[in-house]
Amino acid sequence: MHRVYLDNNATTPVLPEVFEAMRPYFSERFGNASSIHHHGQETRAAVEDARESVADLLGCSASEIVFTSGGTESDNLAIAGWVAAGDHVITSSIEHHAVLHACKHLEKIGCEVTILPVDGRGLIDPGDVRRALRPNTKLISVMMANNETGVLQPVGEIGKIAAEARILFHTDAVQAAAKVPIDVRQIGCDALSVSGHKIHAPQGVGALYVKKGTRIQPLFHGGRHERSRRAGTENVPGIVGLGKAAQMANAAFDRGDDKKMFAMRDRLEQGILAQVDEAGVNGAGATRVPNTTNIHFDHIEGESLVIALDLKGLAVSTGAACSSGAIEPSHVLIAMGLRPDQARASIRFSLGKQTTDADIDFALALVPETVARLRALSPKYNSQVKVVS
Amino acid sequence: MSGGVDSSTVAAMLRAEGHNVIGLTMQLWNQRRLAGHEGMPESVQGRCCSLDDVYDARRVAQQIGIPYYVVNHEERFERDVVRPFVEEYLSGRTPIPCSLCNNHLKFDQLLIVAQQIGAGRVATGHYARVAYDDARGRWLLKRPADLSKDQTYFLFGLTQKQLSRTLFPLGDMTKPQVRELAHRHALAIAEKQDSQEICFVPGGDYKRFIDAYLAEQGESLPDTAGDLVTTSGEVIGEHAGIHNFTVGQRKGLGVSTGSPLYVIQISGANKQVVVGGGEHLYSRTLRAKRVNLISIADLSEPMRVAVKIRHRHEPAPATIERAGTDEILVRFDEPQRAITPGQAAVFYDGDMVVGGGWIS
Repeated sequence: MHRVYLDNNATTPVLPEVFEAMRPYFSERFGNASSIHHHGQETRAAVEDARESVADLLGCSASEIVFTSGGTESDNLAIAGWVAAGDHVITSSIEHHAVLHACKHLEKIGCEVTILPVDGRGLIDPGDVRRALRPNTKLISVMMANNETGVLQPVGEIGKIAAEARILFHTDAVQAAAKVPIDVRQIGCDALSVSGHKIHAPQGVGALYVKKGTRIQPLFHGGRHERSRRAGTENVPGIVGLGKAAQMANAAFDRGDDKKMFAMRDRLEQGILAQVDEAGVNGAGATRVPNTTNIHFDHIEGESLVIALDLKGLAVSTGAACSSGAIEPSHVLIAMGLRPDQARASIRFSLGKQTTDADIDFALALVPETVARLRALSPKYNSQVKVVS
Repeated sequence: MSGGVDSSTVAAMLRAEGHNVIGLTMQLWNQRRLAGHEGMPESVQGRCCSLDDVYDARRVAQQIGIPYYVVNHEERFERDVVRPFVEEYLSGRTPIPCSLCNNHLKFDQLLIVAQQIGAGRVATGHYARVAYDDARGRWLLKRPADLSKDQTYFLFGLTQKQLSRTLFPLGDMTKPQVRELAHRHALAIAEKQDSQEICFVPGGDYKRFIDAYLAEQGESLPDTAGDLVTTSGEVIGEHAGIHNFTVGQRKGLGVSTGSPLYVIQISGANKQVVVGGGEHLYSRTLRAKRVNLISIADLSEPMRVAVKIRHRHEPAPATIERAGTDEILVRFDEPQRAITPGQAAVFYDGDMVVGGGWIS
C-alpha cells in the first residue's frame, strides 16, 4: 500500500545523511568516550563535534549542552534539577505531559504549582505569568511551540519577566527546534529542551541547554559524565545523529526550507478547508510553526477518522493516546476552550523534511472524502442535518 | 478483541479464511479508576479493558498480521451501562449490564465505527448463530452448538439491521474446539481463563462497586433502608438498603425464623423487602417491557415458546401475547422460581430466538 506519513510531531524518520553519520559508531568506532585510549578519543571527538552542532542550532556555547535520553528526560532534568519542597513553579495548561506530570509530581513532594490558562488561540498571556509570581517562585516552565497545534508561545516576553524577577525559566522547545530559528539568549531562558527524534535524529537521544553558571541537580547519580549533569555512558551513535540533524537543520534555515514547509502546510490546510465545511483550524489566530495544522472536523469522532485514514495509507493523529492506546480528548484543545466533542473531532497533520508535494496531494484527495463518509454514517451529524433542514 | 481466547480465535480464523480483518478493542472502563476506593481491590488483574488484556489482544493482532486499534467508548459505557446498572440496583431491580453493553456499545457504537472505517461486518467471539431466513425475510438469532456457552440470552436486543452486519464465527463450535484451534494458530492466549463476572465489577462485589462509584461521583448513596415484611404484610425487621437484595436470595436477611426465608419481592416505592417461604417464589406470569422481536415482525396472536428468565435458566414452556404497546405477557405452563425484575425474559422457538424484553 502507498503510505504517506504526516505525523512528524510524533516522530520523524532518521534522514539518510543522519543515519550514515551514525553508522560507524555502532561498530568500528565503538569506544567509550570517557576512555583515555585511542578508541575513547575517537568517540569523544564525535560527541564534542555533535555538542557544537547542537549549540549552533540553539545559539549557545557547547559547554551549555547536556545530552540526555530525549525530551522527557530534558524536561524532567530542568524541573527536578532546580526545584525543591517549598518552591513555587509556574507552568501552563498546554504543556506536554513530560512537563505537566513532572509538575504534578512536584506537588506531591511539597511544591506549589500554578497552571496558567490559554486563550482561544492557544496562547499564554505573559501578564498571567507576571501575576502568578510569588516570593517563593523558583521556576517558570512554558513551552516554545505546542505539540498539538504548533502555536508558538511568547517565550521572549516570559524570559524578560523571569529575568526581571530573577527566576529560572525553562522552555520545552521539542516541537520548535529545527522548525523555527532558536536563540536562547534572545529568549532569555535558563534551560531549553530538545528531542532528537522530532528533528530527524533517532529516538532515545535529546539535549538540554543549561545556561552557564546555573547549577543543576542531576537526575541520575553515577559517573561525572556531561560535567556531572547527566551520569551514564553517552549514547554515542544517538548523539552523533542529533549533531548531524542539528547541522542539517541549520543548513535548511540558510536555504529557506522553512518557508517551503509553510507553503506546503498552508496548501494542505486551505485545500482541506475549501473542500470540507464545518471544519476549522485550532489555533488559527496565532503564529504557528510551519509544519503543523490541527483541524476540527465537527460531528465526527477523530478516532474513527485516524483509523479510516490509516487503513487507506495516511498516518495522522488525534489527541493523546492513553496507556492502552485508546484516544482521550486532548487536554490542549480543551484548555483552548473547544467543546469535548470538537476536541475529539480534531486531527493533527504534521509535516517533515521528507514530505513532498505528492504527499500533500494524496492527503487532499483522501481526507475530504473520508470525512464525508464518516459524517454520512454519524448519528450526530445526521441529527444535526435534520435540525438544519 | 478482548484479549481472550474467543475473540482472538475469531480473528485468527477469519484471517486464515482470507478475509480482510481489522482488530478493534473497545476501551470501556478504566479499571484503575475506582481501585483502592471504598474498599475496592487495589489491584485488578485480568479484567476487561485492563492493560494486560489490551496487550494480549494487540499481540494476537500482530501475530496474525492484521491492523489493530483501540477505540475509546468509556463515556458511552458509563452513560449507558454503568449508570443504569447502579440505578437499577438502587431501585430494587437486578440488572444485566452485558445486555446493555451489547445493545448500546458492541452492536451499536462498534458497528458505527466499523462502517466508518470501511468494514462491512463486525465479528465477535459470542457463542450464538446468526442466519438469514429467506422464507421469513428476516435475520435470525439462534442458539449455538455449545449450549453450555450459549450467549443468546444477552443478545436478544439485536435489531435486524445489527444482525445483518454481525458474524458469530464460533456459533458452530464448542469451547474445547475453540481452544484447540487457538493452539493450532499458536495463539499465546489459548489457555487463558474465561472471564466469568461483570467486567467492571472486580471480584463480583457489586455493593462495594456502587459505594465506590457514587463516592467517586461525589454523590451519596441514597437512603433505601426500610422494613422487612412478610408476604402477609407483617413487619419482622429492618434492612440497610434495597440494593443489597435480589429476588430469591436466602442469605444475609438479618432475621431468623423456624423455616428458611427468601426475598420474594423488592419494592422500590416504599423501600420494602418482602420475605417469605420458598413456595412464594413461584409465579406463573411475568410482563416483559421494552420488547425486541427477532424471528417475527410482530406478535399479533398468542404464541407457544420457551422462555428463559435468567442466564442460567432452562427455557420453560410458555405462551406469550401482546399486552400493550411494547409489552408482552408471558404465561408459563408451570410456575417459575424467582422471576426477577431487571433481568431479561428471552423467548425461544426451538433454537431460534423469537425476541425478548425486560422483566418489569
